[in-house]
Amino acid sequence: MIIDATGLHFRDLNDKIRGGGESIRIEHCLGQRYILSGQKGKKVTIAGTPGNALGACLNGCDITVYGNAQDAVGDTMNDGRIVVHGDAGDALGYAMRGGRIFIRGSAGYRTGIHMKEYGDKKPAIVIGGGAGSFLGEYMAGGVILVLGLGLEGCPLGNFTATGMHGGRIYVKKGQAPPHLDGRLTVGDADEADLAVIRPLLDEYAAAFRVKAEPIRKAGFYAIKPDTDNPYKTLYAAN
Amino acid sequence: MREELREGNIRIPSGCAVSGIFNRKGTRFGGEAIIRSIAVLHERSNGLGGGFAAYGIYPEYKEYYALHIFYERDAAKTETERFLNRHFDIINLSKIPTRQMPEIKDEPLIWRYFVQPLPTKLAGAQLDEREYTARCVFRINAGIEGAYVFSSGKDMGVFKAVGYPEDVGRFYRLEEYRGYCFTAHGRYPTNTPGWWGGAHPFALLDYSVVHNGEISSYDTNRQAMEMFGYHCSLQTDTEVIAYMIDYLNRKVGLTFEEVAEVIAAPFWQTIEQKPEPERQRLTYLRQNFAAELITGPFSLIVGFKGGMMAINDRLKLRSMVTAEKGDFFYAASEECAIRAVEPALDGVYAPKGGEPVIMTLENGE
Repeated sequence: MIIDATGLHFRDLNDKIRGGGESIRIEHCLGQRYILSGQKGKKVTIAGTPGNALGACLNGCDITVYGNAQDAVGDTMNDGRIVVHGDAGDALGYAMRGGRIFIRGSAGYRTGIHMKEYGDKKPAIVIGGGAGSFLGEYMAGGVILVLGLGLEGCPLGNFTATGMHGGRIYVKKGQAPPHLDGRLTVGDADEADLAVIRPLLDEYAAAFRVKAEPIRKAGFYAIKPDTDNPYKTLYAAN
Repeated sequence: MREELREGNIRIPSGCAVSGIFNRKGTRFGGEAIIRSIAVLHERSNGLGGGFAAYGIYPEYKEYYALHIFYERDAAKTETERFLNRHFDIINLSKIPTRQMPEIKDEPLIWRYFVQPLPTKLAGAQLDEREYTARCVFRINAGIEGAYVFSSGKDMGVFKAVGYPEDVGRFYRLEEYRGYCFTAHGRYPTNTPGWWGGAHPFALLDYSVVHNGEISSYDTNRQAMEMFGYHCSLQTDTEVIAYMIDYLNRKVGLTFEEVAEVIAAPFWQTIEQKPEPERQRLTYLRQNFAAELITGPFSLIVGFKGGMMAINDRLKLRSMVTAEKGDFFYAASEECAIRAVEPALDGVYAPKGGEPVIMTLENGE
């Protein structure tokens, strides 16, 4: 089913999507918010520029955007997959608790903050370009993979992983990540890490039709919380 | 009749939308484009304020200050015109043309005057022309009840009201104006109730500011500005930002790059990592203009004669994207507001926190 989003309010667009079967193509999307929020069981492609909070609380759809996405993609997402053939705005995958997000280009500030995992719910974000400051701030679980494709130097901003106490962030090797907090460890990704990275990288490569092998060969840093020196009594001695 | 509560008497627990379009060759284009852009961001406003600043719209009067004034009653108009006649030559005066429409209610009297300072008065005051005009604006706004000068630049004008911005644009017949730069604001007042004067842009002389955010340094900034003679009468944070930009650029003589390094100064730890002499320069700016640092979330679009600046707070707590297409430069809260005007952009850029994006006319006029 094809939906022409021209002039549609987000409420009407979401109503059409809800009543529109399992496979939907949205055309001329321009700024409509909350697309597919909380929904499951649909395969949706979007041409244009979806508005903020695309796939917020998503519960199991497969979304592909041909264009850039704005702020708060996959906010508190629970399950499913979001693929963006472009860049993403700020607060991507905020408090994400399941599912996978693939951004071909770069992501803005505060990507993946408060991400968490439990049991078999392990969220993952893969960013082809760079990430803005505060990547993985207060991260509690899940995986963030930053490939830095086409970028010189380290593809991370300032204050990466501040307050991180779970999960892992992988970044392409090269220039070391700047000014990381002392409660984190940074080292080369080991075999166990590569076992996590490999399927995500393969999925990125398949989604955007690039070759995984040269990216993988360059190697990765792994940023993890330092379990010997965790965040504690940061604000108060209790 | 119940007196409506205004800024300062009531606090309403915030969002906002900003957009700007600038042609670097100075080619003038119609006001309908900026309306189309800000209309896409409708959800970011709540109908309690919308407005526009337009540059290059009065070429036939570009030598004169264009005063746009709200009057709440006839007496305020009489008194203000008496004041204007004592201080200025009034070259032309008229009501600002508007369109009656159900979406815009309770409008004040809205007048426009093209003026130039009386030479004898100006000489007697021993002030430069811009300072003289700015002081007159403050005297009207602080001293004449029911009169509010909301625009006072040359070859530019502010148009604002209570309503959604796209309605405000139609109300003011913005499509009938042509300029080289337009900025727009959709208001979602969070702390104050919204009235005509409290809508954005806030402007003084050629400087105009549209703002999304809520600054936590308001009182520090206000006290600093009041020491330099800026009277904050509206108790809204954006007003003081407009005055700080006027102060830093016009009075102190900082460039807009430096203004950005003052209002969104880098963190000390960032400054420490810079090589000399950059470290020394940034330290100087932070220390000397500590009271003009803006803290708290903001995204701003600043309009000025021949240019436009987009800037975020250092932590980028509000959104801003910029884009280009040919001679046009765009900045907005969301990419969709730019795509609404120009679907095929040359490139889209997300400025970093505290990183100004400044565009000026190529011919430097």
